[in-house]
Amino acid sequence: MASVTFDAVSKRYGEVTAVDDLNLAIEDGEFMVLLGPSGCGKTTALRMIAGLEDISDGKLLIGDEVVNDVDPSRRDISMVFQSYALYPHMTVQRNIESPLLVRSYHVDGNDRPARKLNKAERDERVAEAARVLDLEPYLKRKPAALSGGQRQRVALARAFVGRPKVFLMDEPLSNLDAKLRAQTRIELVELHARVGTTVVYVTHDQVEAMTMATRVAVMSMGKLQQVGTPQEVYARPVNTFVAQFIGTPPMNCFPGKIAADGSQIEVEGGTLPLPAGLVAVPAAGSTITVGVRPEHLEVSGEGSLGVEVRAVEWLGHECLISTSIGDANVVIREAGMSASQTGSSLRLSVDPANVHLFDPNTTLRIG
Amino acid sequence: MSVTDAMAVPNDDAPVLEVPKRSRRKGKYNAKEVGLAFAFLVPSLAVFVTFFYVPFARLVSWGTYESQRGGASYKQVGIDQYTDVLGGNEFRQGLWHSLQFVLYTVPAGLILGTLLAVAAHRRLKGIKVFQAIFSSTLASSVAVSSVIFFFLFNPAVGFFQVSWQSDPSWAMFAAALPAIWQNLGLAFVIVLAGLQAVPDEVMEAARLDGYGAWRRLTRITLPLISPVLMFLFVILVIYGFQAFAQIDIITKGGPGGATETLVFKIFKQTQDYGKGAVLSVGLFCVTLVVTFFQFAILDRRVHYGDE
Repeated sequence: MASVTFDAVSKRYGEVTAVDDLNLAIEDGEFMVLLGPSGCGKTTALRMIAGLEDISDGKLLIGDEVVNDVDPSRRDISMVFQSYALYPHMTVQRNIESPLLVRSYHVDGNDRPARKLNKAERDERVAEAARVLDLEPYLKRKPAALSGGQRQRVALARAFVGRPKVFLMDEPLSNLDAKLRAQTRIELVELHARVGTTVVYVTHDQVEAMTMATRVAVMSMGKLQQVGTPQEVYARPVNTFVAQFIGTPPMNCFPGKIAADGSQIEVEGGTLPLPAGLVAVPAAGSTITVGVRPEHLEVSGEGSLGVEVRAVEWLGHECLISTSIGDANVVIREAGMSASQTGSSLRLSVDPANVHLFDPNTTLRIG
Repeated sequence: MSVTDAMAVPNDDAPVLEVPKRSRRKGKYNAKEVGLAFAFLVPSLAVFVTFFYVPFARLVSWGTYESQRGGASYKQVGIDQYTDVLGGNEFRQGLWHSLQFVLYTVPAGLILGTLLAVAAHRRLKGIKVFQAIFSSTLASSVAVSSVIFFFLFNPAVGFFQVSWQSDPSWAMFAAALPAIWQNLGLAFVIVLAGLQAVPDEVMEAARLDGYGAWRRLTRITLPLISPVLMFLFVILVIYGFQAFAQIDIITKGGPGGATETLVFKIFKQTQDYGKGAVLSVGLFCVTLVVTFFQFAILDRRVHYGDE
């Protein structure tokens, strides 16, 4: 087990900067999810940990060791690929065993020289991995005779069997169907709890990030936007990108203005309260971007904000009501069945604690 | 009809349904189906019958005629000519020379082409130029490459002035060189295509698992491209048994018949079509048997992705 530290790491391909000055300390035993849209640099960052991409600038540490120039096979990491990358000509048994066959391990204690495992030790480890991942009935099969979920578990077993310092996972659930994905999410969290190894997990799916991560690192355009627990990034997004990337539907962001007396926010159709606990209230009359999550817009007769209902989508356990404030689309989430009708008017109120302010120029959070 | 449980969720861990290999019904086709199947086959059958089966039958029948007075007339002798010629020294010698040619050209071309393809299968600036150069031997004709090698290793005017072409123990090697050179290009192109079909992620997984370059080649790459290697092996052996121009241009079968392969001996039968036909049928049978064995033996050791 080990920590992973990005110290001002950049990766450039010619003119293109895939990862830009990344500073990120992943703690020992943590389940860190790198989250972002495609092309944000998260996979490149992961591949740099693996050693599959060279580092253009900065230092990458695994534990206390700078590994910029360490060969992938010597980093004591393992990786689960999106396509699983199983060896199609080997049986499941052989696939799981493969790292044990070629690598040396410090099995006699860290002060003793690393050595290859003998047959009995290998069999024991493979058996354990197969048991944990429910693969015992399939050990003699080739990967082609397995379902997607089973292949995925073989890839996990292969990663797990060598007890590496760090597990790397590159969108491992994206080829599974929705039901299996939900089930595997839980299994991954359980596996992490059991082995306690540091996990670095790349995904574009914020549900995976929110459900599995100890901490989430949100990336965009090669830059790290925010690091924090899922609750932190959800409750206090540092900018409008994070606000709108996390949450389904995303946070509503619309233009507003601080009222002349500085006591509330004026938006098209009414007013909203200023967020609670603001350290410095923006100057009266200045324009701002207001952010409110769909579930925090409450329909109430005395609400300070009036909107018109454009559409109502009923999802069973909740309704999504589409409206507009100015040019911005605004979605309201209401539990159960909504009484609102398309074309009708609604009054909305928001708890001051649930109002977010962003600078319209820098997109950064205010307060 | 059974009622399907609409709420049942397919169990992902259920064994994958295996379709029995020979589950298709047999011997139950009706006349209409047979007629339709035959109608679909007619175009290809017509081509095969006209250009292969009929000429082949004629060839087999020619083998039963013995040349009289240097080819002036022919006498029907039945199976005797087959037993005489195929059991004789000339056939055995020709077969041995053909085998020598195959032994020189196939392993060398296959191994060199594979090594070059492995070397050239990487993301490097300008690698396409090298890939084009390595595969260029494919684009030159056998005659051209033979002439090049003829003059390259010519004792009088050659770049390397060696007397291989007239030395009985080196002549076959001299004739094989252009074929090795050309096989290399063919092997390069086909193996390179095979390598490109191996997913990058599998090779990366092998790197992370700790496989070094040599182990990646022998334990991952070669098994994964083994169907391609198998295909190459079969066609290179067949090419080897059928080679002619190299020998005609470089050694003309000499010195002292040391490079007379089966094909060359067939070519020489200008006075005796009957014997030529027998040798041809012999070559056909040899190629057939070799191919059959190659598939029968190697097929079991070859990995085909989804089995």
